[in-house]
Order: sequence, then structure tokens, then C-alpha cells
Amino acid sequence: MRQTRFTGKVDMSKKHIMDEKDMERALTRIAHEIIEKNNGVEDIVILGIPTRGVHIARRLREILNKIEDVNLPVGAVDATLYRDDIGMKHDQPVLKETDIPVPLDNKKVIIVDDVLFTGRTIRAAMNVIMDFGRPANIQFAVLIDRGHRELPIRPDYVGKNAPTSIQEKVKVRLKETDGVDDVTVEIE
Amino acid sequence: MRLKRKDILTIEDLARDEIELILSTAQSFKEVSEREIKKVPTLRGRTIINLFYEASTRTRTSFEIAAKRMSADAINISASTSSVVKGETLKDTAKNLEAMNPDCIVLRHPSSGASEILARLVKCSVINAGDGSHEHPSQALLDLLTVRERFEKIEGLKIAIIGDISHSRVARSNIYGFIKLGAEVTVAGPPTMIPSGIEKTGCRVLYKIEDAIKDADVIMMLRIQLERQKAGLFPTVREYSRLFGLDSIKLANAKKDVVILHPGPINRGVEISSDVADGPYSLILGQVKNGVAVRMALFYLLLGGSRE
Repeated sequence: MRQTRFTGKVDMSKKHIMDEKDMERALTRIAHEIIEKNNGVEDIVILGIPTRGVHIARRLREILNKIEDVNLPVGAVDATLYRDDIGMKHDQPVLKETDIPVPLDNKKVIIVDDVLFTGRTIRAAMNVIMDFGRPANIQFAVLIDRGHRELPIRPDYVGKNAPTSIQEKVKVRLKETDGVDDVTVEIE
Repeated sequence: MRLKRKDILTIEDLARDEIELILSTAQSFKEVSEREIKKVPTLRGRTIINLFYEASTRTRTSFEIAAKRMSADAINISASTSSVVKGETLKDTAKNLEAMNPDCIVLRHPSSGASEILARLVKCSVINAGDGSHEHPSQALLDLLTVRERFEKIEGLKIAIIGDISHSRVARSNIYGFIKLGAEVTVAGPPTMIPSGIEKTGCRVLYKIEDAIKDADVIMMLRIQLERQKAGLFPTVREYSRLFGLDSIKLANAKKDVVILHPGPINRGVEISSDVADGPYSLILGQVKNGVAVRMALFYLLLGGSRE
């Protein structure tokens, strides 16, 4: 039995699935998988999807740099302008930063995001990348895969598989943006 | 935050947070124009009509490029080659264009208030690209963006607008815009070209350019329309230039980090000397660059959300 400190209120609608240590281990494992799959890190460019994907991309790059003693390019790819629901949602989606640090022709591009859900964002992000150049290949790393795909898309590297119901919400919080590293599943 | 309006007609009726949303969206769009493929699929299948009843290079081209970079279909109509010359009214033209289902009409018209009339007539979005001597909101927005980029703020800056304030829609839109964002605005020009009651907008009025530019962070020179001389508003072009034109001698008394704006087209040697227009303080070409980004942002914010 796990002991919990009595706080007077038990929040049944929220469960923790990842803490700081888990996150660090998952990213270290993904880094090793990337090196293994690509026989090293030559030609690799890491691009995060804003906002949290960019921070995860930077952390992944730090780990890869340390293991392989290199200095990999890292950037950001915002998929907002390539979304398939422009004009359908009530609000105009807010534009975020796109920063492609090097020409992408013949590079191995690794897209990084925090949560993989329907797959529509990654589809849009791939189209952005292909307008910037012709990479040798595109790979996809994600911290949490929560299922419910609406497109034929699968990730190459997964931090944690978290089966969820469609009503649940996966919240990734990072030190850079939220002051703490953790992942929770919450019921709306 | 979203933009909850059908049209962009004036700066006067935009709220401060709406202006800030447009500026931050425009800032993000600047990067798209730096790409090798300067086109995003965002407004694919949308139709934008540029309806221009007055001559324009910069504004019309800028709206057209903005529409095309967003993948919208842009159609340009200029009055001289349209049914306007056969006597068709604005209302009939509007109704006929509407029958072809455009998503947005960009209107430039010599009469003040024309874009508001058009906006009431049609269901699609309307952007005012200059109506008579009333307003030119997209110009003010690109000026605000240019100044905000340079100083990283607008609040507390001192803006001097010099020239024919009476007939300038650029001046009017900029006075509203800069004051809304917390800047102090001073206008200066010949007394015949300062409209009575302009102080009610919150700006200060001076009659000597030297006094106006002395403590300014931004000097905005307005194009003097040479035909105004025939109307007797100033005696000679030479005199206007000597008293109100900006040259390096007058500029020597301005702040060391002052910037100079001009909406174009410039009359070299009249309201601005060539060495100043092409010199290190001039942001004139930066304004043109920002114009495309601002217009992309306007199209995105007007057409990028659903309207119930």
C-alpha cells in the first residue's frame, strides 16, 4: 500500500504518471535509441513543436551532445499555419515561433513534441518541414503517447505510453515553462 | 484572445488589446517572408478582392503579396479599368462583387467613410486601405510595429508627426494608434494644414518643426500633396520645404537615437531631403517590409477563425 500524506482532500480526478526522475530517464533512453537507430548522430537536426516540444527538444539535444560529444542543431517548427482546422475553430490559433537553424536538405530531422494524440499536429509539422527542404528522413520523438490517433501516424521514440480515455486530459509540465517536471492525467 | 470583428475600418474603434494582438501576430508573420518558399497554406481557397479607386503601388502590392503568401486568391480591381468609369456606383459594384462570394474586400477610396458604407453593404470582411482624409489603419499598424521593433515598447515614446495633418489619413490613424498604446503625440505643420479641434484626440499641436522634433523619439514625415499648393494652403513648395521639410540641418537638433518614418511615396527635396530619407535614421524601407507582415496578420485574424 502506498502511503499518502493526509491533506484533507483527495483529488481523485488527477493521477501522476511521470515525475522529474522518470522524465530524465525516458529522455536518456530516447537519446540512446536515436544514436542506435541512426548509427551515431551525423546529420541529425532536432526540431521541437512549440511550446513544450521545444524545451524537450533542447533537453534531448543536451543529452545527445554529452553522450556523443557533438553540438547538434536545435530549432522550432510551429505547425499553426498548416493546420487543417483553420476557419473551423471559433478562435484563430495563436501563432508561435518557427526557427529552422540549418538547411534541411539531406538531414535527418527529429521532430519532438510533448504529447501525441490525434496525429494532426505532427502531420502539419511535417508539411512545414517539407516546405523548408528535402530531408533524408523525418523521425518523431514524443514524451507521452496517449493514443486516439486520427491519422496513420506512429512515433519512432516514445517516453511513455499512457492509454487514456478521450475525456481525459494529459498535462505535461516542465521546469522551463511551469516550474516543475511532471505529467498528469486529469478528468476535465 | 481573438479578434471579434468582421472588418478593420479605423484605428479609432480598435481597442488597445486588439491592436496588440494584431502587432504580435504580425511579428510572427515576418519570418514567413524570410523563407525560401514564402507561402503557407493557411487561407487556401479564400478569395480576397483588392478594390482600389485611387492610385497606389505600395499598399496594393503589399495587400496582394500578403494574400498570396497566405495562399488566398487575390484579385485586383482598379477604378480606371473597371465599370466605375462607366458610372457604376460603389453600392452596385459592392453587390456585384459580393455575388461572387469573396471572403474579404480591401477598399481604397477617395471619400471618407466609404469603407464603412461598404462594410454595411456586404457580408464578407472589409479592410479599409485608406478612405479619403479619414483613416488608413493598416499603415498605422505597420508604423506601430516598426517603432515597437526598434524601441521594444511604445508606451512613453514621443512621436512627432509633421506635415499636412488636415488631409492625412495616415496622420489620423497614427495619432489614434500611438495614443492608445501610451505614446505622446505632437503634430506640427502650417496652420492652414492643422485641423481645428485635433487636440481632442489627445495630441499636442505646434507650428514649428524645430520645436516638434527636438525631444522626439520618432519623427513621422507626411507626404505633401503638391496640388494643395494650388489650393493656397502654402505659398510655394520651396517655402514649405524650407520651413517644414526635414533635412540634416534640422535633424542635427534631434535626439541621437531618433528614427524617421514616412508612409511614401516621398517627394525628395520637399518634405524630406534625400540624405535624410536614405540615411541611417530612416526606417522607411523597414516600414514597407512590416507592411506585408501586418496585412498577413489582418487576413489571418479576420479569416482564420469561424464567424457565427
